[in-house]
Amino acid sequence: MKQASGIVRPKGWRQNVQRVLLFVVLGLFCIYYLVPLFVMVSTSLKSLAEIREGTLLAPPRAISTDAWAKAWNSACVGVRCNGLAPYFANSVFMVVPAVLISTFLGALNGYALTKWRFRGADTIFALMLFGAFIPFQVILLPMARTLGELGLAGTIPGLVFVHTVYGLAFTTLFFRNFFIGVSSGIVQAAQIDGAGFFGIFFRIVLPMSIPAIVVTVIWQFTQIWNDFLFGIAFTVGESNPVTVALNNVVNTSTGVKEYNVDMAAAIIAALPTLAVYVVAGAWFVRGLAAGAVKG
Amino acid sequence: MSSRFGRALERRLPLIVVSPLFAASLVFVYGFILWTVWISFTRSRVLPNYEFAGLLQYERLWSTPRWHVALSNLVIFWVLFVVLCLAIGMLLAILLDQRIRIEGVIRTIYLYPMALSFVVTGTVWKWIMNPGLGVERLMQQAGFDSFRFDWLVNPDYAIYAVVIAGVWQSSGYAMALFLAGLRSVDDELLKAAAIDGAGPLRIYARIVLPMMRPVLMSVVIILSHLAIKSFDLVVALTGGGPGYATDMPATFMYAFAFQRSELGLAAASAVMMLMTVIAIIVPYLYSELRRR
Repeated sequence: MKQASGIVRPKGWRQNVQRVLLFVVLGLFCIYYLVPLFVMVSTSLKSLAEIREGTLLAPPRAISTDAWAKAWNSACVGVRCNGLAPYFANSVFMVVPAVLISTFLGALNGYALTKWRFRGADTIFALMLFGAFIPFQVILLPMARTLGELGLAGTIPGLVFVHTVYGLAFTTLFFRNFFIGVSSGIVQAAQIDGAGFFGIFFRIVLPMSIPAIVVTVIWQFTQIWNDFLFGIAFTVGESNPVTVALNNVVNTSTGVKEYNVDMAAAIIAALPTLAVYVVAGAWFVRGLAAGAVKG
Repeated sequence: MSSRFGRALERRLPLIVVSPLFAASLVFVYGFILWTVWISFTRSRVLPNYEFAGLLQYERLWSTPRWHVALSNLVIFWVLFVVLCLAIGMLLAILLDQRIRIEGVIRTIYLYPMALSFVVTGTVWKWIMNPGLGVERLMQQAGFDSFRFDWLVNPDYAIYAVVIAGVWQSSGYAMALFLAGLRSVDDELLKAAAIDGAGPLRIYARIVLPMMRPVLMSVVIILSHLAIKSFDLVVALTGGGPGYATDMPATFMYAFAFQRSELGLAAASAVMMLMTVIAIIVPYLYSELRRR
């Protein structure tokens, strides 16, 4: 990203004061964004007795990982007390195929819509794009019935199906926008050399769309992992993804409220997407900017 | 396979590849929307009933007090969420645009909440705003004995607690979009203005901000879209409560569809949500696509 010339320049004491003020404000906002993360981590490492003293912002006196162990393998999610582990696995089994399939189909779609222009390509695209914006409440009821008819109700493959179908609008949008910026010369040259639709796709187009693939995969991964609506509407009990299980852990009304376990569970549910963000932050931001059209 | 047939096939291949995906979009988006719209015009309760019953469900919907609560919550949340995210996002973007050496680190910190699920955000803020042990206790220990902060369990204020958590999560996103917009403003223009003797505030007020209008439009649309669809945050933070004090259209629809088995009423509320989204998104999409 290009560094724009700042307008506040250090010149004399007034500018220095401005500069200090600038850093104070930026610093305060850093604290604002980081405090919840700190509270989450420190609470998860405290004992319940220490938490009850009401030391929200204090770091733990004695570090205990009991809450983590409990959140992972013995916290009660509804009536089952196996911790988050099985639900975490559900999310993994949901997110991996859904991301791969929706990304692949999006790439194929975007390529067909831009590099092999045919009549109506723009109309088809505009109609598909709309699907990225609908409030999903409007398809929940018929989708629940359809999953039932297909025998996929309450299953992970059912969720994979739903995420693929409704992720497609975005992945197509993203690849289309990427391919539009890529010269069609190579594709035309390959066509003259006799290469076919799929030959060009696999040998030429896919290898040069690595950046688009990475951004799309990260975006889809974050969206699908963090999804709650489809998870809660289309799965029951054992097949819940981790976000739904987390909500069940936190909002059970029975027994003693174990805030440290709640916080450990929240971190466990957040870790995969946070890790992706930390490792691939720049790509994540690019995805957000691209997803801006989606929202 | 004759080569002529092969060539004809090859020529139609793009269309053949796109067709099933397009068909899927037709069925799962447009077909499903039609189904929901149809159901909203019937007497369906536990099971769908396809007999036309006019505007019955819409009349029921609009005479349901809970729906009015959901709508007024949506308006409160929508306005505050958008305005606060815009203000914070714009402020931070302008401040970060002042040649800060550690900009990358700061930006990462501002934006990380976007990587979290709203359920996680809700869980954390539920704990921070816990009436007994959270901020309230903290302030009391700091000497403010009479400090009260019970928004989460106070029906009149619970919706503002949802706003707090929502703004925390999404303001960094607004910042990132604004920052990208600021970076696209031509440097030469700013230098020329500075040479002409315009001060920093003047340059921002007169030159930069007016140029950001399209970005501002996009950010408003994106945030509005998030606000209308907000569901996870409410469920995780307040469960729609106390009572149904923090219900929103999305949670209303879910409750009537999956807990109360009022298919027709749920469908009617979903259609109302769809119309709201269409009213903001379609003009925006139209202008976006035309600009390209």
